[in-house]
Amino acid sequence: MTLVRWLKRHLVVLAGLLTLGYLLLPNVVVTVFSFNNPKGRFNYEWQQFSTDAWTDPCGVADLCGSLSLSLQIAAWATLGATVLGTLIAFALVRYRFRARGAVNSLIFLPMAMPEVVMAASLLTLFLNMGAQLGFWTILIAHIMFCLSFVVTAVKARVMSMDPKLEEAARDLYAGPIQTFVRVTLPIAAPGIAAGALLAFALSFDDFIITNFNAGATVTFPMFVWGSAQRGTPVQINVIGTAMFIVAVLIVLSGMVISGRRKRQRA
Amino acid sequence: MTTVTEAPPPLAPTPQKKPPRRRGRLTPYWLLLPGILWLLLFFALPMVYQASTSVQTGSLEEGYEVTWHFATYWDAVSEYWPQFLRSVLYAGTATALCLLLGYPLAYLIAFRAGRWRNLILILVIAPFFTSFLIRTLAWKTILADGGPVVGALNSLHLLDVTSWLGITAGDRVLATPLAVVCGLTYNFLPFMILPLYTSLERIDGRLHEAAHDLYAKPFTTFRKVTFPLSMPGVVSGTLLTFIPASGDYVNADLLGSTDTRMVGNVIQGQFLRVLDYPTAAALSFILMAAILIIVTLYIRKSGTEDLV
Repeated sequence: MTLVRWLKRHLVVLAGLLTLGYLLLPNVVVTVFSFNNPKGRFNYEWQQFSTDAWTDPCGVADLCGSLSLSLQIAAWATLGATVLGTLIAFALVRYRFRARGAVNSLIFLPMAMPEVVMAASLLTLFLNMGAQLGFWTILIAHIMFCLSFVVTAVKARVMSMDPKLEEAARDLYAGPIQTFVRVTLPIAAPGIAAGALLAFALSFDDFIITNFNAGATVTFPMFVWGSAQRGTPVQINVIGTAMFIVAVLIVLSGMVISGRRKRQRA
Repeated sequence: MTTVTEAPPPLAPTPQKKPPRRRGRLTPYWLLLPGILWLLLFFALPMVYQASTSVQTGSLEEGYEVTWHFATYWDAVSEYWPQFLRSVLYAGTATALCLLLGYPLAYLIAFRAGRWRNLILILVIAPFFTSFLIRTLAWKTILADGGPVVGALNSLHLLDVTSWLGITAGDRVLATPLAVVCGLTYNFLPFMILPLYTSLERIDGRLHEAAHDLYAKPFTTFRKVTFPLSMPGVVSGTLLTFIPASGDYVNADLLGSTDTRMVGNVIQGQFLRVLDYPTAAALSFILMAAILIIVTLYIRKSGTEDLV
């Protein structure tokens, strides 16, 4: 009966690991099928091993163009949302002003709204204004929905900051700008970085809002969507796998760096 | 995703110490101005335009005019109520499944993972960095006809049960409600796990010891101590899963069939293919109102208003 007891004790662990498997299974499939050599237009059935797609990742028309467009949009959207969001976060934590409640709900609402509603309403605005759909409308939309996420990330960090540090800087005759650049900004940096990273990931992977407001412009997620109707090239899986590896490496190196810093301080 | 969870814990209202008044009473307004203007112009104003579009009549060629034609709403509801119902049903089921599947993993990361904690956390977040469309397409392979999942379900005669229940059809899993719910659950699972984990991690381990010392069995400890203390995570997790799932049309499109269309599919189709803007705007407006009502009621009922 020891097996039963062991199972009972580790039931949570087993259930948790099963869920983890469910979460990671598609990534495994994406990776395995990046080495496939499919027969038809769709890469859904395993045929035979091949590294063709890995040696020629841009071998499909428009694929790498859409990828670079997505990276550009994500970079600009991250920059815009991070600057605007950080300013708002500082105003919310450090100052008292009227209409705080209204500002708070204006920031919360975009996160509590299904994407399709924001996408559709933004499109009605652009149609009514006669705006040309494309790069700029996508960028405007992305900055809009990333903004709130940056505000919450930065706000959490600034809120936990000790205001005494800034007072000390001022007591030591640092001017307001010097205090901000030398003291406030370095302490807030991890929050700002987290917000920026989140904004980049959200913008790069956004499909629903982009689909409504892109016109004829094709970002990477829109390319994938289109290929799901026309035929999925293996190169999509190559890029998906590469993205996964790069992301894990970035997160891991970030953790190593922050771990080393902590040890140095201790 | 970390949004709602990062709000201050309900027990400790943030000490709203009077922030030091600095030079220039206008400074906060200058800081707020660009971002708030952006949200007003590109989030709030579009809502007004959408509301106005929903009561317009006309055609693409002759242009639209506001005629306060509220019948559009009535027509939209009477024609598309099955899709609305399906959205609520699928999103609700997916949310429940996410809670059921996500809780053990969040618990594992918070209390049992030891030195593996960070690695598992990375593995939960990392799939986010592979385009979710590519990952959703992978489910087409996993659930394919004659594939491993269908084979396993078939040999256990479970497919007979599920098709009798109406969630699969014949020998297929793809293009059925089961596939759509499976995709929705998969896509929004991290949004459930992360807030659950943050609220579980805050629990003081000594409370578990205390419960044990008072002769509580493990399950009683969970029911009386752990679960109630993790309620903020449960509430924000369910909201963060249900809201995006109810408006989603990607899973229903890629993994479903015409019989599994959700309200998101209809809005997308009306806007981008049929070009019937008033109906699409009305549908989107109804979805928004429904979500806002559900969220408000839910937050009231669960008594965690600090969430917002």
